[in-house]
Amino acid sequence: METISILPPELIRMVIAAVIIISFLFLNAIMMGYAERKIAGHVQRRPGPMEVGSHGILQMIIDGVKLVGKELLIPFNVDRTLFRVAPLLSFTPVILPLLVIPFSEKLQARDLNLGLIFIVTMGSVNVMALLVGGWGSNNKYSMFGAMRAVAQAIAYEIPILLSMLAVIFMCNTFSLKEIVGAQQNIWFVFLQPVAFLIYVVAGLAETNRAPFDLPEAESELTAGFHTEYSGMGFSLFFLGEYTNMFIVASVATVLFLGGWHGPHLPYGEYLGVVWFFLKVYLLLFLMIMVRWTYPRVRFDQLLNFAWKYLVPFSLVNLLITAVVVKL
Amino acid sequence: MKRYFSELYTGGKSLVEGLGVTMKALFMPIVTVQYPREEIDITPNYRGHIDLILDPEKNTYLCISCGMCEKSCPSDCIKVNGEKMEGEKKKSLVLFELDFTKCSLCGTCVEVCPKNALEYSQEYNLAAFTKEAFHFDILKRLEERRI
Repeated sequence: METISILPPELIRMVIAAVIIISFLFLNAIMMGYAERKIAGHVQRRPGPMEVGSHGILQMIIDGVKLVGKELLIPFNVDRTLFRVAPLLSFTPVILPLLVIPFSEKLQARDLNLGLIFIVTMGSVNVMALLVGGWGSNNKYSMFGAMRAVAQAIAYEIPILLSMLAVIFMCNTFSLKEIVGAQQNIWFVFLQPVAFLIYVVAGLAETNRAPFDLPEAESELTAGFHTEYSGMGFSLFFLGEYTNMFIVASVATVLFLGGWHGPHLPYGEYLGVVWFFLKVYLLLFLMIMVRWTYPRVRFDQLLNFAWKYLVPFSLVNLLITAVVVKL
Repeated sequence: MKRYFSELYTGGKSLVEGLGVTMKALFMPIVTVQYPREEIDITPNYRGHIDLILDPEKNTYLCISCGMCEKSCPSDCIKVNGEKMEGEKKKSLVLFELDFTKCSLCGTCVEVCPKNALEYSQEYNLAAFTKEAFHFDILKRLEERRI
């Protein structure tokens, strides 16, 4: 007990939060991977994974074991440092945003007053990981994938930021907790439906999910930026992708869907997390359905859509919001 | 300007319709078969390797060991041998072998048989590690069915 009392309590709190969050990340990736394959199967009218465990429920765990057991292959002539760093760079930054997301009124590792900006910043680091991985691989497919990822992220970051800004105009704060608090009576999705739509579309593009999965377009670029990765290198990219999806969905929940607000529950300040996760996983379900419904867009269509539709619409929406708020 | 908005409208509408299609498919029954666990009935037109027809009245083969199938086989994969047993009028079959590694499933043997004693089997789970596993003893297969 004495050693514990020497340590500052804030530090202990942060360590516990970090451990919980990291273990949750792996759990989330496993659940999402399983859900993705199951839903993909049923959309195509086949059962999906069925062999390992009841209805293939252990499939992802077995796959994880397989990936851990694989050799970390480093191809000839690659930039070794960059090649090794890229998966870590893709995985580490996605842990940090979860520290500021308010899962319920009292379940939040840290309430930064610049929380939203922090999340957006960390989200951008992920793009750099793709660029580093693609560049370091010494492979033209990886390089193409990386370049596409960067062009796509630059185009779609703007509508995301503009749609977030519309919400921030309405509640005058960057703190996620206060944004959720401002939605006590009415969720912002009803006041800002256009911003919500823009955010969801641009969020799909930001996470490199189909129909915007050009950086890893398997029919054109084999696997895009992670062509050369095997074993844990690949799984870190995979974990990063699913965590990124989770973050995009939880930011959407915080900004537009009222965070932890929902019908009253006992111990509401803690159990609000139920409503939070319900909303997040509904959004994630939608993202999976979108992936298995739409074909991949062409690159010119992708950029046209961003610059011709999303950016002007979000600008007009922002303008109207500003005028209405000022009145 | 009008086109700009009409494209947005038609595009958005078709996207929502597409989601509806997959959402419906999500709850429709599965159409694939989990092969080693479940098997579907094979169509009666299926051409497996040949088999002797079992005559239900006499409980034996219809073959008269004439050897037409052996002679007509373009791949030389059938071997028939009949012997005249004591006290019997007709030859009885002692050997009927098929070398399935060479058979091209042309069906000439089935067509040429004067007694219509041959048929196609429904076997399709055929996989083995040696060539010899595909040297089928058709007569033995018939004996097994008889019991």
